[in-house]
Order: sequence, then structure tokens, then C-alpha cells
Amino acid sequence: MTLPAISVSKLVKRFGTTTVLQDIDLEIPEGKVSCLIGPSGSGKSTLLRCLAFLEEASEGMITVNGEALGFFENAKGVRERLPAGQIRSVRAQIGMVFQQFNLWPHMTALGNVSEALKTVHKVAKTEAEDRAMIQLRKVGLENRAGHYPSQLSGGQQQRVAIARALALSPKIMLFDEPTSALDPELTGEVLNVMRDLAVEGMTMVVVSHEIGFAATVGQQISFLDQGRLLFTGAPSDVFAKPRHPRLEQFLDTYLDRGASMLA
Amino acid sequence: MSFKLFTLLVQASVWTIGISAISIAIGFLIAIGLSAALLSGRRAYRRPAEFFISFFRGVPLLVQLLLIYNLLPFIGLNVPSIVAAIIGMSLCTAAYQAENLRGGFESVPKGLVEAADMVGFSPRQVFVRIKVPIAMRLTFPALVNEAIMILKSSSLVSVVGIVEITRMAQDLASSTYMPIEIFSAAALIYLVICWSVALAGRYGERALPGAVK
Ligand SMILES: Nc1ncnc2c1ncn2[C@@H]1O[C@H](COP(=O)(O)OP(=O)(O)O)[C@@H](O)[C@H]1O
Ligand SMILES: [Mg+2]
Repeated sequence: MTLPAISVSKLVKRFGTTTVLQDIDLEIPEGKVSCLIGPSGSGKSTLLRCLAFLEEASEGMITVNGEALGFFENAKGVRERLPAGQIRSVRAQIGMVFQQFNLWPHMTALGNVSEALKTVHKVAKTEAEDRAMIQLRKVGLENRAGHYPSQLSGGQQQRVAIARALALSPKIMLFDEPTSALDPELTGEVLNVMRDLAVEGMTMVVVSHEIGFAATVGQQISFLDQGRLLFTGAPSDVFAKPRHPRLEQFLDTYLDRGASMLA
Repeated sequence: MSFKLFTLLVQASVWTIGISAISIAIGFLIAIGLSAALLSGRRAYRRPAEFFISFFRGVPLLVQLLLIYNLLPFIGLNVPSIVAAIIGMSLCTAAYQAENLRGGFESVPKGLVEAADMVGFSPRQVFVRIKVPIAMRLTFPALVNEAIMILKSSSLVSVVGIVEITRMAQDLASSTYMPIEIFSAAALIYLVICWSVALAGRYGERALPGAVK
């Protein structure tokens, strides 16, 4: 039994007085693709952002490869905040891909991918760019290295964003609806890059409405509804019958989006 | 109007352009610090910056210049009037530029900062590598506007004895009795300078890295 890559226990997230996530217990297995599905507004992004510590959980614990992220419980069981340096070092194991790509517009594709190597890790410019180039090649964009984000299609921008995260050799990659800002004909190129990553054994957590991707690439599926995890299991269980009534209703709404082969 | 008179006005425009350019540059550096203070969570930084800005935006530049010109010798600093002029103009434009930059910093998309956080940038690195360049792009048109305002306001430094375009025109007008010709020529020179800045600004905007062409 290997240690889970990420382990979430009793996580609660409130924004002011509204509770957005309630009693989340979740283990993300290492080397596998875990998908987070659920209706819009169910808290998927918030949960993923808690895993990246872009949001601070109100209660509960998250550990990444056994190390506490952001907060730890002291001997008396009281939750304490960890120092910023500690948060940064745990976070360094995590790469994040956003729905809106979030590429830096004043840097070329190569600049976006090599920037953190240069600025944060103090790698020499030529070496950083060589390493960035390897990542761009991996996502099929070596011939776009000198292009600025404004000169790239949405699909290309998202692939650069994936390369940017990969350049720092993360152990875990988080994806928040990586294809939902894209025109339908551009989703394939991004999903293919993600498929390649999955084949390489990258630990991935993917929030997606691409049920087809979840069913074919996903190895663990979690269903979130109104801030609660209603179900976590293998894809075959998710799409098997009988299903949880809320999951059934959700799948009925989304199955026509390219997963009809599973019906 | 003779060619010689026109040449004198053009020569005086070197002062107009020089003082304006230096003041814009110094003002910009001060404005970065001021806007960082404005956006800081700490009152001890924010309050003095707010006070500075409301002072320099609330007092006429002419009064500021006269005040600084007389204040510096009073506190024992005997500097040439050009220095007093540059100090006055720099502080004044810093106040306006700080407000622009504050708006620019506030408009930097949150996601771009989060992306930098995720790859391990320190807050200072986020500021220098992400926030400043993006805020500058967003506020570049306002900066060009401010440069034009400063060019025109630089006519006020004539009160501390600097012979820039306006002062030269006044001198020439009273010695030649040709005020209409001379002030028309001065107006034309201002116009050409300001047009050039506006034009350069438009090219510059398109030349910024990653600009949408
Ligand atoms: N920063 C925030 N402040 C207040 N409420 C928020 C914030 N972010 C998300 N929410 C709320 O939390 C709920 C879950 O949002 P989200 O995690 O984005 O859902 P999903 O990604 O599943 O669509 C929504 O009701 C949303 O309005
Ligand atoms: Mg979402």
C-alpha cells in the first residue's frame, strides 16, 4: 500500500458564511488520473484550489506526499498555520493548469516556460531555455517558442501553460477545466497532451466536463454535488447501474457531450 | 518673423523637452513606490502616500514650483533653479502617475499572479516580473497622456527663471513688439512636440512585448 499523493481529511471551506465544501475526505492515488466531476457550482474548482493552496481550507487537513500543506495539527490537535517557506516547498511538488490558461502576456511561449527556472531556481538563461524547449517540444509547440500568447490559439496557449507547469518537474498536476474555455475543435490537442502525461504515469487531478476523457483516461472518479463528495470509485462503477440518483441525473445531462459510447 | 527668432524658440524647446522628459522619468520611479504604498495593506505606508498625492494634486503646479524654489534655499539647499523646477515637476507628475499605476496594478488579472505563485515566485518576484510589466502595459496610454500634460505644464517653470519656450517667447515678444507672430510660433512648436509624443506613444504601445497587433 503506497502513500497517497494527496490526502484530504475532513476538509471544510467557507466563503464568509456560505459553506462551499463540506466534510471532504479524499485520497489521490499516486501515478494515476483522478477526475473530479459534478454540476457547475458544486465546488470542484474550490476543492482543486485548496489542493494548490490558492484557497485556504477553513477546517481539515491536506497532506501532499505525507507533508502537511498550509496547516498542520499540533500535539493538542489544534490547527496551526505553517510558514510561507514551508507552503512554497510543499507547493513546489504541484503544477496547476487553469481554465483561462493564465499565460503572462508580456513573455513569449519560451519565456513563460523558462521564467520560473530563471527567476526562482536561478538556472542560467541558456540552460533554462533548453529545458523549456524540451517541454515545448513535448506539447508539440517547439515551432511556436517565440510567439506571444496573443499570437497563439487557445489550444496552443493551454499547451504552453501545461509546458510551463511541467518545466518545474512537479510530482502532481492539477487541471481545472483545461478545455472549457476552448472552441470544441481545439479541445482534442489539449486532451491528447494530457493523455500522454497519464501514460507516463503522472499523478493528475482533473476537473472536467469531458466525461469521455474521465471515462477513458480517468482511473478514479469523484462526484461532487453541492459541496459534498457523494461518490468516489473506479470509472466502471460510476457508469454502472444502479447509480446514485444525483449522479444519474448529472450523467444524463452530460453524457451527450461525447461519451455516448459508454451508454 | 525672422528665421533667427524662430531658431531661438526652437533652441528654448530643448529646455522644455529636457525638463519634461527628466521629470516624467523621475516621477515614474517615485510613482511606482507610491502606488505600491497605496496598495499596501499597511496604513503606515498608505496614509503618507495618500497625503502626498492629495497635496500635489490639490495645489496648483505654479504654487508648488514657487514654494519649492523658495523653500530649498530656506532649508540651506542652494540649488540651481533648474533643479528646483525638476523637483517640482517630478513630484507633481509622480502624484498623477501613482494614481494611474494604482489602477493598473489593480487591473492585473488575479489568475496571472496565481500562476506565478504556483511556480514558486516570491511576492517581490511577482511584483517585479509580473505586476509591474503588466500594469505598465495597461497604463501606457495614460502615461503618454501625462507626458503631454507635463510638456504643456512645463511652461510654468518660467516663473523660476528658466528660459524655455514660453519664457523665450515672452522675452522676444516684448523686445520685438511682434507678440502675435511669436506666440503663434511658440504654439506651433508645442503642437509639434505634443503630436510627436502622441505618435510615438501609439507606436510604442504596439511595440510593447506581446501587444495585440
Ligand atoms: N471567492 C469566492 N467567494 C465567494 N464564493 C465563492 C468564491 N469562489 C467560489 N465561490 C462559490 O463557491 C461555490 C462553488 O464554486 P466553484 O468551486 O467555482 O464550483 P465549480 O468549479 O464546481 O463550478 C459557488 O457557489 C461559488 O459561487
Ligand atoms: Mg469551476
